[in-house]
Amino acid sequence: MLTNQEVAEELLREFEEDVYGFEEPYGMLTLTTTRGQIIPMLEFLFKHKKFQANFLTDLTGVHYPDTPGLEYAVVYHLHSLVHNFRLRIKVFLAEGDERIPTATTVYESANWMERETYDFFGIQFEGHPNLIRILNIEEMDYFPMRRQYPLEDTTREDKTDALFGR
Amino acid sequence: MADIDLIPNVLPPSRRADQPELVGELTTLNLGPTHPATHGIFQNILQMDGEKIVSTEQTVGYIHRAFEKIAERRPYYQITTLTDRMNYCSSPINNLGWHMTMEKFLHVEVPKRAQYIRVIMMELARISDHLICNGILGVDTGAFTGFLYLFEKREEIYEIYEEMCGARLTTNMGRLGGMERDLSPVAIQKLRAFIKSFPPIMREFEQLFNRNRIFMDRLIDVGAISAERALNYGFTGPNLRAAGVDYDVRVMNPYSSYEDFDFIIPVGQSGDTYDRFMVRNGEIWESLKIIEQALENLPIGPYYADAPEYYLPPKDNVHTSMEALIYHFKIVMGEIDAPIGEIYNAVEGGNGELGFYMISDGGRAPYRLHFRRPCFIYYQAFPEMVKGATLSDAIVIMSSLNVIAGELDS
Amino acid sequence: MKSIDIVEAPPGHTGSGFFATSFDEVIGIARSNSLWPLPFATSCCGIEFMATMGSHYDIARFGSERPSFSPRQADLLMVMGTIAKKMAPILKQVYIQMAEPRWVLAMGACASSGGIFDSYPVLQGIDRIIPVDVYVPGCPPRPEQVLEGLMQVQELARNESLRRRNSEQYQELMSSYNIQ
Repeated sequence: MLTNQEVAEELLREFEEDVYGFEEPYGMLTLTTTRGQIIPMLEFLFKHKKFQANFLTDLTGVHYPDTPGLEYAVVYHLHSLVHNFRLRIKVFLAEGDERIPTATTVYESANWMERETYDFFGIQFEGHPNLIRILNIEEMDYFPMRRQYPLEDTTREDKTDALFGR
Repeated sequence: MADIDLIPNVLPPSRRADQPELVGELTTLNLGPTHPATHGIFQNILQMDGEKIVSTEQTVGYIHRAFEKIAERRPYYQITTLTDRMNYCSSPINNLGWHMTMEKFLHVEVPKRAQYIRVIMMELARISDHLICNGILGVDTGAFTGFLYLFEKREEIYEIYEEMCGARLTTNMGRLGGMERDLSPVAIQKLRAFIKSFPPIMREFEQLFNRNRIFMDRLIDVGAISAERALNYGFTGPNLRAAGVDYDVRVMNPYSSYEDFDFIIPVGQSGDTYDRFMVRNGEIWESLKIIEQALENLPIGPYYADAPEYYLPPKDNVHTSMEALIYHFKIVMGEIDAPIGEIYNAVEGGNGELGFYMISDGGRAPYRLHFRRPCFIYYQAFPEMVKGATLSDAIVIMSSLNVIAGELDS
Repeated sequence: MKSIDIVEAPPGHTGSGFFATSFDEVIGIARSNSLWPLPFATSCCGIEFMATMGSHYDIARFGSERPSFSPRQADLLMVMGTIAKKMAPILKQVYIQMAEPRWVLAMGACASSGGIFDSYPVLQGIDRIIPVDVYVPGCPPRPEQVLEGLMQVQELARNESLRRRNSEQYQELMSSYNIQ
């Protein structure tokens, strides 16, 4: 039975001060690391003899416009099928400096997930084989999931504010 | 426009001397977004050398509806209608998965009866999803009859959904804390009739397809993928189980009383199309077993949790008691007291691990909601599975992967 | 034996071995009873269309025996499901490739008006890019509603004048959508 404590201690031993912010929301070990150490950490967990966290469940981004210096978070969910152990790794990036190395060297499934994160938030994954928009149209020139952009279609003329008394 | 790619001369040396310099070119074939054989709209531009596919380039996003951005606007119970439309062939699983995520987040304990009813509905949804996939796989190989037989059974499942929630396809089933209504006697009678009438039809379908010479020739050794590659590509669900890995979220992280039921996980060997077809057939039988067990052992009790902050209180309480009135008002206006935090919860969808990653900032709508959609993740492996296959194989591989466009594009 | 109802013949002159009526009537009957749909299925409504095609609701009774996926051979373009802005040019191309006479049925709330998705990538109704004849609301509409929509298209096809597609009004309608 792999415990959060054991994995946290192992990661601290390996990465020392580059891994911090340990939390356990709803039982899942959550930790934060730096952009320089995320790929070594993914590889470390992948190749670890005991943990064998070899499944990337999810890769996504979050935009926090209210925390300066930590605006963008890239969140990795890993799963060790052998031990039924899940963990979440976050990397925070600052506004204007949204670059992070790609995880496609470790996991093939990260390919489209990173493209989706780029499409929605504009986070550049360095070393990605094909970092172009995946879900939105290619001509789109902004990153729609950022909090400052509206949900609705701005060019629509039949649902204007005037009709709704705004 | 054909792309001209010069391939070096492939004639044997003895014949090369008397032949002029031969130029080979690859054909570009657009298996475009609207295509009879695709389950939804996504595009594959194939580079073909004669009949064999050399490479593919995929374009998805033709039905991107911005679910994740819409979810940031909606109160928690209104997001259920969004989850419906992701994997629309098995909507109850998506709905109840979302409700379970919220219940875990808000620490709401769901009573046993509601959990058993949820299991029945989710397994019916799984059966109906696999019926579509296998039926359409038959149609793609030219066998239309199986599809017609199986769709009759889907109509019966739709009738059970209608008894339970009112809708056929996009069900919006369940509430935060339980179900919206109890299993009515009519629903139980229809379930029993379904359990009795389904096996002969399924057996007939299996007799038509499983050992059919032509079907087997078309499907065996087509689109094989090894377990290691499948895991690296993030496969989950029947596709991964066909490759040999017995990962099922219902068994690994049991939810909603799945640990009470006795069922096996069908696992394939080579990960080819035939294995995927057989794994889905096996899962249909297992789901039927689970429904039988759940119906037999249905516990007596309430069908919703005693959580008036999240589940609408009964109407006569609303008319008489002050607290119930306030709770009713708050719930209907969408103002529930959510804590600040984040949660990731996964259920076994029709296609694999359907995950909900939600970050809440205490407001009435999630701060960020991300759906971990299995189709989106495993469809990336399609170019690798199709390399070197013929066009008809590519169609069959695409069908057997059960790619649902709503889930692909969120 | 039950008495069988046969549809009434259109007004015309009968004789021994012949029946004379106007071209409009005959061609109208022929067209309305053999509308070949082009199922442009994008999302959930496509599954309800598959249920309509199945043996329980059976769209083949209405003459739509052969769903044609080739626009050149189809009469009725049934747009089923959400059309995103990425898909819109393709839908328009498919519509342009269809030969006259052609009808369009918008099935579902998403095709009629954008549906529940009031968001930036969704086209708020296909009537922004192609002319629509019949709208079938619902999310998804029941197969009975789809059949009702089909019957209304049959009404349109039966009563359409043969000169309609060449008339000036029709040309104006097409040019308002930038379709030649």
